Amino acid sequence: MARQVTNRYRVLVTLAAWCVALTLSFPIIWTLLTSFKTEIEAVASPPKFFSFDWTIENYFIVQERSDYFHHFWNSVVIAIGSTLLALVIAIPAAWSMAFVPGRRTKDILMWMLSTKMMPAVGVLIPIYLLCKDFGLLDSRIALVTILMLMNLPIVIWMLFTYLKEIPGEILEAARMDGANLKNEILYVLVPMAVPGIASTLLLNVILSWNESFWTLNLTGANAAPLTAFIVSYSSPEGLFYAKLSAASIMAIAPILILGWFSQKQLVRGLTFGAVK
Amino acid sequence: MFQKLTKSSGMTALALSVLAGAGAGTLQAETLTIATVNNADMIIMQELSPKWEKKTGNKLNWVILEENVLRQRVTTDIATNGGTYDIITIGAYEAPLWGKNNWLVSLDDFDSSYNYDDIFPTVRNGLTADGHLYAVPFYAESSFTFYRKDLFKAAGLTMPANPTWTQIEEFAAKLHKPDQEQYGICLRGKAGWGDNMAVFGTMVNAFGGRWFDMNWNPELDSPEWLNALTFYTDIVQKYGAPGTPNNGHNENRAMFASGKCAIWVDATSAAGYIYNPKESSVADVTGFASAPSEVSEKGNGWFWAWALSVPKSSKNEDVAKDFLAWATSEEYINLVGEEKGWVAAPPGTRKSTYANSDYINAAPFAKTVQKQILSADPANPSAKPVPYTGVQFVAIPEFQGIGTYVGQMVSASLAGTMSPSEVLKASQNYARQEMTRSGYIK
Repeated sequence: MARQVTNRYRVLVTLAAWCVALTLSFPIIWTLLTSFKTEIEAVASPPKFFSFDWTIENYFIVQERSDYFHHFWNSVVIAIGSTLLALVIAIPAAWSMAFVPGRRTKDILMWMLSTKMMPAVGVLIPIYLLCKDFGLLDSRIALVTILMLMNLPIVIWMLFTYLKEIPGEILEAARMDGANLKNEILYVLVPMAVPGIASTLLLNVILSWNESFWTLNLTGANAAPLTAFIVSYSSPEGLFYAKLSAASIMAIAPILILGWFSQKQLVRGLTFGAVK
Repeated sequence: MFQKLTKSSGMTALALSVLAGAGAGTLQAETLTIATVNNADMIIMQELSPKWEKKTGNKLNWVILEENVLRQRVTTDIATNGGTYDIITIGAYEAPLWGKNNWLVSLDDFDSSYNYDDIFPTVRNGLTADGHLYAVPFYAESSFTFYRKDLFKAAGLTMPANPTWTQIEEFAAKLHKPDQEQYGICLRGKAGWGDNMAVFGTMVNAFGGRWFDMNWNPELDSPEWLNALTFYTDIVQKYGAPGTPNNGHNENRAMFASGKCAIWVDATSAAGYIYNPKESSVADVTGFASAPSEVSEKGNGWFWAWALSVPKSSKNEDVAKDFLAWATSEEYINLVGEEKGWVAAPPGTRKSTYANSDYINAAPFAKTVQKQILSADPANPSAKPVPYTGVQFVAIPEFQGIGTYVGQMVSASLAGTMSPSEVLKASQNYARQEMTRSGYIK
């Protein structure tokens, strides 16, 4: 009897999980379907789900009109560059806060988080002027730096949470064995925190890849990443939904694939320390 | 000997400097960055621009952005003298404002081959400030009435050449068959100064209203505004398509093209699309009439132009002007006609386009468009005198904020969440507050 209830429960939970998954992924599925339609079919009412003339023409037009690989490469450099730079700064910072906390550590952490609450547009003009004065408008260096700064509080917080879970005794033991600070962090702490660092890295890459305020406002033709590539197909006067969908799919495909392959690592990292 | 050597060296140096100078003048290619919007005419310009690049040896880098993103991006760049762009695409709202701010290069000095007199005076005036032309028109549009000739014929109706809004409502009532997915009228309802306020702004003009009196006091709580908004709300709620409060140009365009609207009042620039059988199922049954009037014929059709301009921060001003002279010339319009078909030629800017029989034959709506554009007078948009210019907008920097707020309120009226009088009361208060804060009202 108990087994029957469990099975029914499992079926219900599975069905509910499928419903939630389909609801969450519906926008992406719909974008994918639209990208294979003609512009007229893309706005057909009632909408057509599968019974339309499938075409890959939109992908060719998008590639012909905009240099996808140029934008793709900019996205890769900006997302990975800003993430690595953030990790280089955040790992020592999180280590010090987790293992050698001071009286004000909590306040500093809260202050760092509070900087995320300021709307980005509030600092647009000062940052724009700084970039202009340093000759960095429409450059990847500016975006790598700014996205690193924007995401640094989240990176430090995530790493701090993971490192807090590592018992200090292990580090003490390493010190007893003669490890200096560098060796302690590089050979003891980092290997133990790999799942946490990996998930932080992945999450930060995703955040940087999708960032669209600074990447649109500080770039022109040279450093424009895939966010600018998508925006170039949006128009209030003109029907370009199918091409816009094709451009969106081309822009999100790399990050979807990355997320798919690293989902195990991502989930492991995000739930690291969740159960004590 | 020494003298000979000196003379010969001098000659050589002179020859070299002349050659170098010549090289600098003819061989040095420039790379221009051009920011533009994503619409059909601009895409054609991008496709044809390699011809200019080949002719001049210069190169164009294209930055294509959504209209509102472009506006924000270009404003930031110009205000901070960023110099990111050499050529920008701006509208009839920005050109005179930015020109007055000294942000744009004056474009009165193209060489004699550029035919300024061929540009429609209305269009030219709309892009001029303090006597200087600050942007050259790429294409211009007004608004007019699209209607389904087949449905009108079947119902025994005749669309007059110059309909009134009351007549439009009568037609819409007779042709509204929602059970057959046929809606009497499709109108913009999506909130925004360039969205629903474009239609509603011209409706207010037609009902005899104005935004401000001669002392810049807002008149949004006047009987004319109330009549216009009550009419707009009624016609949309009774005979409009579902979802009108969220529909913009694109949604209505798609619905009209797929045969779901009997009447559509919107941009003349959509006529080429509706008339193209590859993109529209109603190409052969669509008729065109003037924008509806009511108690006044002034400002019943809007005026908008997309134009090209050079920001003061550009480091390649002369080359940028050369591109502008090419892209807005008769030669370019002829090139589009020959390569992309005459129906795709940029409309509304030049007299010569409307004197061209190839264009007139390919675009039967051309004469109605021409009449509508020529009758739009941004300096005289209302039955009453006004202190501003602009038909469906007011050419002051504060208008973006006020227009957007009023647009949101109007959308609430269309959706039925607020009554027209509540909407206008709130809008009047907001407009008065903003105009007082900006110093217009002492």
